[in-house]
Amino acid sequence: MNSFTFTQAAAVDAAVREKASHEGAAYIGGGTNLVDLMKENVARPTHLIGLKKLGLDTIENTPDGGLRLGALATNADTAYHPEVISRYPLLNQAILAGASPQLRNMATDGGNLMQRTRCYYFYDLATPCNKREPGTGCSAIGGYNRVCGILGTSDSCIATHPSDMCVALAALDTTVRVSGPNGERTIKFEDFHRLPGDHPERDNTLEPGELITGLDLPAKGFAQHFSYLKLRDRTSYAFALVSVAAALELDGNTIKDARLALGGVAHKAWRDKAAEALLVGQPATADTFRRVAAKVLENAKGYGENTFKIELAKRAIVRALKQATEMKATVDTNAYFQPSAFNS
Amino acid sequence: MNTDYIGKPTSRVDGPAKVTGTAKYAAEYNVPNMLYGYVVSSPIAKGKITKIDAAPVLALAGVQQVFSHENVPHFAIFDRSYQDEIAPGGSPFRPLYDAEIKFSLQPVALVVADTFELARYAASVLHIEYEEVAHETKLSQHIDDAYEPGKGKIGFQPPKSRGNFGKGWKEGVAHVEAQFSHHAQHHNPMENFATTVEWLGDKHLNIYDKTQGAFNSQLLVTKIFGLSKDRARVISKYTGGGFGSGLRPQYQLLLAVMASLELERSVRVSLTREQMFSFGHRPETLQHVALATAADGSLTGINHFAVAETSQFEDFTENVVGWSGMLYDCKNVALGYRLAKLDVYTPLDMRAPGAASGSIALEIAMDEMAYAAGLDPLEFRMRNYSDHDQAQDLPYSSKALRKCYHEGAAKFGWKQRTAAPGSMRDGNLLVGWGMGGGVWDATKLPASVRASLDADGHLTVSSGTNEIGTGTYTIMTQIAAESMGLPIEAVTFVLGDTELPESPLQGGSWTAASVGNSVVEACTKLGEALLKQTQKMDSPAFKGVKIDDVQFANGQMRLRSDSTQAMVLRDVVQASGEPRIEAENSTLLAKLAMLKPPKYSMHAHNAVFVEVKVDPDLMTVHVTRVVNAVAAGRILNPKTARSQVLGSVVWGLGMALMEESVMDHRFGRYMNHSLAEYHVPVNADIHAIDVVFVNEEDDKVNPLGIKGLGEVGMLGVAAAVANAIYHATGKRVRDMPITIDKLL
Amino acid sequence: MTHVTQAPLGMSPATLVPTQPVTLHINGQDRTLHIAPWTTLLDALREYLDLTGTKKGCDHGQCGACTVLVDGKHINSCLSLAVMQEGSEIQTIEGLGTEESLSPLQQAFIDHDAFQCGYCTPGQICSAQGLINEGKARTEAEVRELMSGNLCRCGAYSNILSAVMEVIEGQKPGAEGKIVMPEKEWSAGAAHQQMPPVAPPKK
Ligand SMILES: Cc1cc2nc3c(=O)[nH]c(=O)nc-3n(C[C@H](O)[C@H](O)[C@H](O)COP(=O)(O)OP(=O)(O)OC[C@H]3O[C@@H](n4cnc5c(N)ncnc54)[C@H](O)[C@@H]3O)c2cc1C
Ligand code: SF4
Ligand code: FES
Ligand code: FES
Repeated sequence: MNSFTFTQAAAVDAAVREKASHEGAAYIGGGTNLVDLMKENVARPTHLIGLKKLGLDTIENTPDGGLRLGALATNADTAYHPEVISRYPLLNQAILAGASPQLRNMATDGGNLMQRTRCYYFYDLATPCNKREPGTGCSAIGGYNRVCGILGTSDSCIATHPSDMCVALAALDTTVRVSGPNGERTIKFEDFHRLPGDHPERDNTLEPGELITGLDLPAKGFAQHFSYLKLRDRTSYAFALVSVAAALELDGNTIKDARLALGGVAHKAWRDKAAEALLVGQPATADTFRRVAAKVLENAKGYGENTFKIELAKRAIVRALKQATEMKATVDTNAYFQPSAFNS
Repeated sequence: MNTDYIGKPTSRVDGPAKVTGTAKYAAEYNVPNMLYGYVVSSPIAKGKITKIDAAPVLALAGVQQVFSHENVPHFAIFDRSYQDEIAPGGSPFRPLYDAEIKFSLQPVALVVADTFELARYAASVLHIEYEEVAHETKLSQHIDDAYEPGKGKIGFQPPKSRGNFGKGWKEGVAHVEAQFSHHAQHHNPMENFATTVEWLGDKHLNIYDKTQGAFNSQLLVTKIFGLSKDRARVISKYTGGGFGSGLRPQYQLLLAVMASLELERSVRVSLTREQMFSFGHRPETLQHVALATAADGSLTGINHFAVAETSQFEDFTENVVGWSGMLYDCKNVALGYRLAKLDVYTPLDMRAPGAASGSIALEIAMDEMAYAAGLDPLEFRMRNYSDHDQAQDLPYSSKALRKCYHEGAAKFGWKQRTAAPGSMRDGNLLVGWGMGGGVWDATKLPASVRASLDADGHLTVSSGTNEIGTGTYTIMTQIAAESMGLPIEAVTFVLGDTELPESPLQGGSWTAASVGNSVVEACTKLGEALLKQTQKMDSPAFKGVKIDDVQFANGQMRLRSDSTQAMVLRDVVQASGEPRIEAENSTLLAKLAMLKPPKYSMHAHNAVFVEVKVDPDLMTVHVTRVVNAVAAGRILNPKTARSQVLGSVVWGLGMALMEESVMDHRFGRYMNHSLAEYHVPVNADIHAIDVVFVNEEDDKVNPLGIKGLGEVGMLGVAAAVANAIYHATGKRVRDMPITIDKLL
Repeated sequence: MTHVTQAPLGMSPATLVPTQPVTLHINGQDRTLHIAPWTTLLDALREYLDLTGTKKGCDHGQCGACTVLVDGKHINSCLSLAVMQEGSEIQTIEGLGTEESLSPLQQAFIDHDAFQCGYCTPGQICSAQGLINEGKARTEAEVRELMSGNLCRCGAYSNILSAVMEVIEGQKPGAEGKIVMPEKEWSAGAAHQQMPPVAPPKK
């Protein structure tokens, strides 16, 4: 970790100004990703701008019937907020599937969007990595890429965005509010994170100095039919191999509206609007779901260690859509079982 | 008052210290004026350091020194100086000795600074250049040049074949032949390795080390640095988990002592979690097992061959295949074990070393064999029960494995199992029941113990052993209190200090037997001393009385023949005019006993039954129930003993389902060197675990009749999980861990 | 032969940021220390304040050994900078109880043998205390899941579960003191359904 100065910013514009006036400055939310990366010498800011005092930790209803999550609201406060639980339960589930209670108590909603990949090579200065040091090469290709992506990858980077929360935010059509040197603007969630292309060092479309101030959830929360399914190497406290956020609006057994996004498979939460369109008007049956799953993974590309994700993702999509339809957990990836029926 | 403590579920005597955070571990002795050392680790696996530019780092205010091979004196020259108590044959790694890089993450420099943060920063900007050469880290490419190790680690016996396997194979009517593998695994105790060296002046050091053997650390320090023992006192009161990682002193000890001697200051060196992947580990093995059975289900032939990795500089050996020659009855056994040299650090004993790896192959193969022979896996094992240790041709001192099978199976409900894979369901979920088991040595080593009764009637018993979580403080206190008939509050057990009587390394499940029996001996000696003092006093009833004629109870010494004749122990000490009366056991007999060939085969056994539930589409696996039945002689404390077995089961589940250190062979580097990516089980992974201790009386193994529990509970667990997964899904996975991708 | 450079010279040491006084409110006391912003809360506790009850198992948020309570909520102190915590109420294991007067959780951990080496234990207890403060963990299934941010390499999980459950049960109205025997074997957890979502915390 290198040496840096620290200021606690008192207001949004002050924070933005502070950032603009210090080369090498970085915002810090909960610190759960930034401090980690600083200890690994992957991030080396020389000045940190604390955001805790910006008053951005509120969660409020918006006039259009939506909900605004302050960028500094913690992941835990967001997940457990009564409005989130009743109106956006998909978001509740996705957040609670991520990290640990301690981390969720620290992590902020803005920081969650900005967290960086967990690709092993990105974290290890001893190995080449285009995302960390552009032009050095991608070690994950041809290497240990179990945690890497299968969709939207490029020859320069196959990393995934590791967030669970973002998968739900993508499915829910969230809008990201930002403030920057040039004032305020909003970014549609689908445009927020980038695909790696030739510039894997850039995770998202924020301009230099821009600060996330909030996340706007539209009124429609899919509270009736939803599912967040996360598959991982252990039952809890592990990043997703594959996760699926599914949300449906049903009329009887016919799908009126659908949202489908995947985590653990791409450089961003992978929302597939074409697949969603395929669902609309169809009966909510396993057949439909399988067809859609095949479509989503149509152009997927495996890199050896992670090729299994293609099949796993298909099965996970089918299951998540089924769970959303029936609103019954048919599998429990959180593994809470009844004592065995075979107990003597 | 009842002072029968042995066998009682006494709560840990060190519990209050541990739950309040007052128990101090190696990196927690904040001695005054201490400097911090931070290790710089090699980014390459093989090659040479060509340049170190320390000047910019040394220019930073507060950086005291940058140590590397360029400026660290050669304190010792011969390999033997670097060999600790259990160093295997070869030439031990010498940190910061020369420019050569032998493995990835090798320590190449130590930056010492006034604060931890500064040392860390300075280490991160230290400029080092290397010439990298090609390395070899892939075991599967070195099967052909694997060799039979000569001198391995102390106590290692090359596996012995018997009979004629070829003949046995032909005699069989059913056969199984398969290959098994698992990656390297790292111990990852929760406490990172660390050493705090307190400089007391004039080369006198107090060394607070994370270790499983204070004396082993001291031995190495005195040999390398030429210090006398009184200058190198090693203290280790609490060890935050060992599992074998602390059996050999790790390099941070040598770096911290070196820095302290060079700078004449107190120094602390803590390793990072990443650096916890830079030393010993459970070696990767590739194994081949072939089994044959006759029509009645009896084994006619067993063949078990393993190739394991070792470093280029030492021959790390463990008993991977030997167990296959003793767990089941069979005349024709062919065993083979070879090592392949790779550019990695020397592997190291890790919980149930050898047996954990070997039992995966043997116990999965046994399951396959049971299916091939059309027998229930439990029935199959019963038919091949070994009543005589054929490997050593010795009778067992005791063996209650049959009870483990019976009681474990009953508790689990094994009878209701239907044999066909996929035949049991819980709603939508596939249910699988599998079993396994194993055998582990019951060892007793010489250990010195001092028992000292002071004038307040408080008993202090001491020995330089370790507390790594196994409950040493507690069980030794119980044994001592019962031996001297004192309430447990009146007894203190002191450990983890080289100023105390010498005790062996804490490992191999031998501490309870080794130190425990010695506690009894020391207390007997103390009793004799107290009797002698009593006889000097005006105590006619005790005239001419022998130690066997008295008993200790209620803080008194009484005549067995007339318990009204009693002396209060405290009064005896007071009458002596000394502050205390003390005695130490003699290790002579124990040492002699070790030289004699054993008369019995002394082993602990277990049988473990596992239930998994598998989602038929997603192939997620959850271990919903485990019953582990253990035969380990007398159980000193069922509460702490149960915890040992619970922990072993968790280890077994980890090994079966998630643990692996993945090496990128292009870099020769373990890539998941963190606790986020090296997965160990979390609370949500763990469901019902039942521990059954079957009754096993053994008056031959050692006077207390104990066999040790640290490892045996882990045996067969991973195989039982694999077998249960097969039973649930029909998929036979022979490459651990069984991650989701292998089941899709 | 390949030439490899570690820490390329371009990353030359910058001038170091000096220490500054930072006042932390820990276990009911104000403690002022002189540190640079790069000192984490964990290192501040362990290296500067000799509060070594809080452990360092990974230094990267991956183990939970460093868990402390900040304003009643449990966090990983290794990923927080001490300067960020000025003005917060910090509670460490040392502030929860002493050997002479153990907290209910501390006592339950001893009764249930919910640890072996003890290294993860302060973090486990602080996590459990945080969960109890928040009122989120009520069932065995919830406790298992919500205690999963604390690794225990000794594998004491089932005993940790029973210890935490005992304290949670003991706090429910009508529960009388200690009800769970240390030797009690816990059955597998109650069924956890993905839905409905977890209820909001008790304020
Ligand atoms: C061991 C571990 C396991 C985890 N497991 C999971 C998991 O399973 N699922 C999951 O989703 N996540 C997981 N996480 C990640 C965690 O959710 C993120 O680290 C967290 O959400 C980041 O939030 P923060 O506030 O701490 O960010 P910080 O660390 O403070 O900041 C992260 C980045 O965002 C920038 N930033 C912060 N706030 C703003 C803002 N308002 N505007 C602009 N930039 C900003 C910072 O400059 C920095 O670059 C895990 C983390 C750890 C350490
Ligand atoms: S996948 Fe991306 S982050 Fe990973 S090594 Fe390649 S470039 Fe780096
Ligand atoms: S030390 Fe903080 S989580 Fe491991
Ligand atoms: S008690 Fe040792 S890590 Fe939990």
